[in-house]
Amino acid sequence: MADDDDYYEQYSNSSSDGEDVDLVSEDDGIAMESEDAAGVSNNVRESQEIESRTMTVKDLTVEMRDTINDVANIVGISPGMCRILLHKFQWQKESLLERYYEATNADAFLRQAQVLPKVAIEKPISNIGDCDVCCDTTQLCGLACNHLACDTCWKSYLETKITDGNTSEIQCIASNCRLLIEDEKVLHYVTDPKIRAVYEKLQINSYVETNRLLKWCPTADCGRAIKVQQSEARPVLCESCRQRFCFGCSYEWHEPVNCRLLKLWMKKCQDDSETSNWINANTKECPKCNATIEKDGGCNHMTCRNQACRTEFCWMCLGAWEPHGNSWYNCNRFDDSNAKNARSAQEQSRAALQRYLHFYNRYMGHQQSLRLEAKLYATVKTKMEQMQQQSMSWIEVQFLRKAVDVLSECRRTLMYTYAFAYYLKKDNQSMIFEDNQKDLEMATEQLSEFLERDLENENLVTLKQKVQDKYRYVDHRRQILLKYCREGQEKEEWEFNA
Amino acid sequence: MDSCSRRLMKELQQLSTEPPTGIICSRDIASDDLKQWRVEVVGAPGTLYEGERFTLQFRFSPQYPFSSPEVMFVGQNIPAHPHVYSNGHICLSILADDWTPALSVQSVCLSIISMLSSAKEKKHPIDDAIYVRTCNKNPNKTRWWFHDDTV
Ligand SMILES: [Zn+2]
Ligand SMILES: [Zn+2]
Ligand SMILES: [Zn+2]
Ligand SMILES: [Zn+2]
Ligand SMILES: [Zn+2]
Ligand SMILES: [Zn+2]
Repeated sequence: MADDDDYYEQYSNSSSDGEDVDLVSEDDGIAMESEDAAGVSNNVRESQEIESRTMTVKDLTVEMRDTINDVANIVGISPGMCRILLHKFQWQKESLLERYYEATNADAFLRQAQVLPKVAIEKPISNIGDCDVCCDTTQLCGLACNHLACDTCWKSYLETKITDGNTSEIQCIASNCRLLIEDEKVLHYVTDPKIRAVYEKLQINSYVETNRLLKWCPTADCGRAIKVQQSEARPVLCESCRQRFCFGCSYEWHEPVNCRLLKLWMKKCQDDSETSNWINANTKECPKCNATIEKDGGCNHMTCRNQACRTEFCWMCLGAWEPHGNSWYNCNRFDDSNAKNARSAQEQSRAALQRYLHFYNRYMGHQQSLRLEAKLYATVKTKMEQMQQQSMSWIEVQFLRKAVDVLSECRRTLMYTYAFAYYLKKDNQSMIFEDNQKDLEMATEQLSEFLERDLENENLVTLKQKVQDKYRYVDHRRQILLKYCREGQEKEEWEFNA
Repeated sequence: MDSCSRRLMKELQQLSTEPPTGIICSRDIASDDLKQWRVEVVGAPGTLYEGERFTLQFRFSPQYPFSSPEVMFVGQNIPAHPHVYSNGHICLSILADDWTPALSVQSVCLSIISMLSSAKEKKHPIDDAIYVRTCNKNPNKTRWWFHDDTV
């Protein structure tokens, strides 16, 4: 395996000149999607999104065949061999051809690519002999390397590799040969249409997975691949199922945290599931009367259900809600002065856990709110219908849905800011980041609270203006935060503890 | 006779008539239907396992030799080795992804002896405790993430 990897590294040229896509100017809140897409918050165009093409399996097959034929015509070897060659070069046709022309010895080049045998043993005079695999005495055949087996064994071998081995790059039956078998040979032995269909699927899968410019859409059963002009960790949108995901790691778009840290973070959250169990994500106790409170909406401003208590508090920090609207209050910032004072190892590990839980709680909190936002879409839909009955047009009432879209995007961004912040080294810059995070969090909670609590009481004339003012402000805060993170990244100023 | 049995028969015959150094072939190594074998291997001279005897269990599916055999250490003496779990499971690429029908019981035994020989320290893999607690009884059901072969 190691040889293969070196091979890629050696020959792949990764060019990236980070061309920026124009920031999309926000329109007046008129979402262009049809109404039935309500509940999917992919209507807010992501400014970082890269140009891409959504491809079906049929598109992919055509593209793959075209590339193979181009190379076959130039190099003058079979299409099956070309597919192997292109696979080795991660489907970068230009760099393959470049290397091919540079190679002083074309055969040596093809040998290294496992398309020609390293050593061919001598072909026996008689084609009748003992098959080493099934021990039958019969007619034997082989590849260019002359490693022989009977027809039945070649067939069984290839079929097992395809159905159990799940690969379309199959090596010679001899154990140290490594010669890859070209498609034409494979299809000569494999005649069962079902297994041929599996083989075709594996070819396409291999095409997408080794191609730097292609990624499968992560939605289960979508079956589309997204093609980009250059591979970057930026968001792409599947035109078919409207899923937006990161081209770098195929996970949902996760700015500001980068792919590497996100992966670490998710692993940490998984590994620590035992500690997080006791956090109990959905129910908490009222900090004053200890009544059990269940969260039923995305807003973090909680009011205790106990009629005698009615304490208002913050779901995230369980602190009183009242100061949360003030700029001096830090719900988002972890105070690590306690950690510094911790002396014993036990205290230190407790402080580390406390720190982790601070970020984990907020990360999960926003994730949970994001899920509960689905309920808000339903509330808002009712309100929109109501307004249409009072003679507002369909277009005029879209601002409400846009508000929930923006709210969801902000929740998502906030969620990932906590994964980002967990690894961030504390310095002046991280303080500015935390201020931005706090501002966005405050604005988000205000919008959330307004949509959840005040929608009913607002008069229709002032409602539109108020909602629009709020979501524009929130979105503005989000852009500021992301821009700050991006700039830091471009200047490589962020320092992480991982 | 089907090709699987024919092949196993031939392997058994070869192995018992001329067993290579390090492989001990007692008379009753194979079950009557040939689908389960127990082969003894001996640690090579000059290595950490010099002279130690270990028992390898082989199980063959009807798809053998196209599918790899299920191979593991059994008995009292499981070698402490960076690629051998304390339940006898072995992390070796030729038993999974790199299996080909051209390999045999004999070549698997020799590979395992050479794997033992290259050890610099007698200890189980670091993830032994977790693996043994969570793995399937059949080592072939494990998606092996091969340890560095040079260890
Ligand atoms: Zn045969
Ligand atoms: Zn060969
Ligand atoms: Zn899709
Ligand atoms: Zn990513
Ligand atoms: Zn209460
Ligand atoms: Zn709070």
